[in-house]
Amino acid sequence: MKIYVCVKQVPDTETKVKVAEDGKSLDERDLTLILNPYCEFAVEEGLRIKEKLGGDVTLVTVGPDGAKAALRSGLAMGADSAIHLSADNARMADSFVIASLLAEQIKAGAPDLVLMGKKSVDTDMQAVPPMTAALLNLPIVTAVVEAEWNIDSAKLVREIEGGKERYEMAYPLIATIDKGLNEPRYASLKGIMQAKKKPIETKTVNLSGETLVIEKMSYPPVAQPGKIVGEGAAVAPELIRLLREEAKVIE
Amino acid sequence: MSQKILVFAEQRDGQFRKPALEICSAAAELAEKHEMSLSAVLIGEGVANIAPQLAEYGISEIWAGEGEGLNRYNLENYAAILQQAVKQLSPNTIIMAASAMGKELAPYLAAKLGVGLAADLTELIVTDGKISAKRPVFAGKAFVNVAFQTEMQLFSIRPNTFPAEKRPTSANVQKLSFVLPAEGARSQVKETLRQESKRPELTEAGIIVSGGRGMGGPEKYVVIEELADLLGAAVGASRAAVDAGWRPHSDQVGQTGKTVSPNLYIACGISGAIQHLAGMSSSKFIVAINKDPEAPIFKVADYGVVGDLFTVVPAMVTELKK
Ligand SMILES: Cc1cc2nc3c(=O)[nH]c(=O)nc-3n(C[C@H](O)[C@H](O)[C@H](O)COP(=O)(O)OP(=O)(O)OC[C@H]3O[C@@H](n4cnc5c(N)ncnc54)[C@H](O)[C@@H]3O)c2cc1C
Ligand SMILES: Nc1ncnc2c1ncn2[C@@H]1O[C@H](COP(=O)(O)O)[C@@H](O)[C@H]1O
Repeated sequence: MKIYVCVKQVPDTETKVKVAEDGKSLDERDLTLILNPYCEFAVEEGLRIKEKLGGDVTLVTVGPDGAKAALRSGLAMGADSAIHLSADNARMADSFVIASLLAEQIKAGAPDLVLMGKKSVDTDMQAVPPMTAALLNLPIVTAVVEAEWNIDSAKLVREIEGGKERYEMAYPLIATIDKGLNEPRYASLKGIMQAKKKPIETKTVNLSGETLVIEKMSYPPVAQPGKIVGEGAAVAPELIRLLREEAKVIE
Repeated sequence: MSQKILVFAEQRDGQFRKPALEICSAAAELAEKHEMSLSAVLIGEGVANIAPQLAEYGISEIWAGEGEGLNRYNLENYAAILQQAVKQLSPNTIIMAASAMGKELAPYLAAKLGVGLAADLTELIVTDGKISAKRPVFAGKAFVNVAFQTEMQLFSIRPNTFPAEKRPTSANVQKLSFVLPAEGARSQVKETLRQESKRPELTEAGIIVSGGRGMGGPEKYVVIEELADLLGAAVGASRAAVDAGWRPHSDQVGQTGKTVSPNLYIACGISGAIQHLAGMSSSKFIVAINKDPEAPIFKVADYGVVGDLFTVVPAMVTELKK
C-alpha cells in the first residue's frame, strides 16, 4: 500500500496570536510551531495501515523552510520519507492554491491512499482535502471516526448531525481523520535519531492563482468582563432570573 | 451587475435541519436589503413536496433536484447537481450551511467551479453591492476579512450564526434538470445510522450544558442531563472528560472537538483552557459554574457562579421546575 499523508505545520494551540504590522498576516516572531494535531492523527493512521497491510508512508507538506520540522516529527513517528513543497508565504495561503499543489504531487506519485487531517487549526478551513479530491477526481470521505482498512477497499464511518454515515470504498481514495479514531504515538528517541537520516525531497513551488486572499486580520471583540452572580446553590434563583429577564436566553 | 444568490438548502430524511433554514432566512434578508435576486436549490427524493417550507423563510424561487436514491447524500452526485444548477441559474453567490455535509460539499464544489470559498463564516459583509465575509481563524483567536479573486463566490455559514426567522412569501417550485456523473457510484453511503436522541445535536443546539473533569465520573452526568432536558439543551464535554472515557468523542467541544455557537453555553466543572474556549467562545451567552474562583472560564463567562456544581446545578433544576 502506497500511502501519502499530507501534513501541515501550524502555531501551537496555546500560542497567543499576534497580528503583524501589515494588518493582514500573522506575526511569526516567537511562534512555537507544531505538527497540526489532526495531521498527527492522519500520520498515526497511516502508520497503522502500513503495519497491517504493508507498504510505505510518505509525508507531503507545502510550507516555508521551517515546515521541515513538522516533517521530521512525522518521520520520527515512523513515516518513511517526505516531500517538501517549499514556499515562503504558504502559511495562511489560499486553500485552493495549496490543494492544486498537493493534487499535482499526488498525481505524480499515484498513491493508493491519501490521508489528511480533518482541519488545520490555523486557517480552520477544512477545505484543502475536498478541493484536492475535486481536482484529482478522486473519491473522498472527510472526518473519519471509524475505519477498517483492507487490501483493496476500506470501510469508513463519519459523523453527521444526529448520526453516522457508513462508506465502503475501493482505492485510490482520500480520507481525512478526526479525533477519536486513534491515539497518536510518541516518537521514540530511536525514531527521532532515525528521522534525521530519512530522505526529504525538497522542491521550490510558486503560490499563484489565488481564489481568495486575506484582506484584514483582527482580534475578536474584547469580551466584557462577566459578573460573578454569587456563590453556591443559593444563587440559583437569581441566575435563572438573569437568564430569563436580562439575557433572555431561556423561557 | 446586480447580485444573484443561490442557496443550497440541505435536507436529511425529507426534513430541513435548522442550519438550512437559518441560511435561507439570512440570504432572504440580504437579498431584500440590497435588492439582490434569490433562489434555492434542493436535492433529494420528492423534495418538491417540502420546498414550500423554504418560502416560509423568505425564498420564493425554488429549484427541486429530484431523483431516486438522492435522499442519501453522495458528494459526487450532489456536487454535480449543484454544478449544473449553477450553470443554468448563473448566480454570483452560492451559500450553504457549514454542516457536516456543507463542510465537505462546499470546498469540493468550489474547486470544481474554480471559485473562492469563505468557509464556516460568522459574518456576511456587503460593500458596494458585493458580498464578502469575516471568518474566525486560529480557533477564534483572530478573525480575517476575505476578498474574493473570482467572479463567483461561495460561502458556508457556521450553524447558529443567523436566526431562522420567518419571512413568509409564496413558493414557486420548479424542477431542476440534471444528469448524474458516473463517479457518483464510487463513494456511495452504504448506510446512515441514526443515533436516537431526544436531545438536539451539539452544533445545532440553541443551548448547551457542558461538563468537564469536575464532573468526576460518567455516572455523574445525570446531574447536568436533567438540567439540559429541562432547557431543551444538548450535552457537551471537555476533552478531559472525553479522554477519561466518560463521554463519546462526538460530545467534545473545543479546538480538536466541535465548534459551537449556541445562544447559551453552561460550562460545569470546566476550567476554561484555551483549547476549550476555542470551540465555544462564539456562544452568545456563557455561564460558568466552577468551585475555583480563579478558573479562567470566568474571564469569558457572562455570568459566573462560584461553587460546587453538584449543589448549584440541582438548585437550578429546582428553580426551573417551579
Ligand atoms: C492540541 C490540544 C488540543 C486540545 N483540544 C481540546 C478540545 O478540543 N477541547 C477541550 O476541552 N480541551 C482540549 N484540550 C485540552 C485542554 O488543554 C484542557 O486540558 C482541557 O480542556 C481541560 O478540561 P477540563 O476543564 O474539563 O478539566 P480541568 O482543567 O481539570 O478543569 C476542571 C475544573 O473543574 C472544576 N471543578 C472540579 N470539581 C468541581 C465541582 N464539584 N464543582 C464545580 N467545579 C469543579 C475545577 O475547579 C477545574 O476548574 C486540548 C489540548 C491540546 C494540547
Ligand atoms: N500546506 C499544507 N500542506 C500539506 N497539507 C495540507 C496543507 N494545508 C492543509 N493540508 C491538509 O489538509 C488538511 C485540512 O486542512 P485545512 O483545509 O487547511 O483545514 C490538513 O490537516 C492537512 O492534512
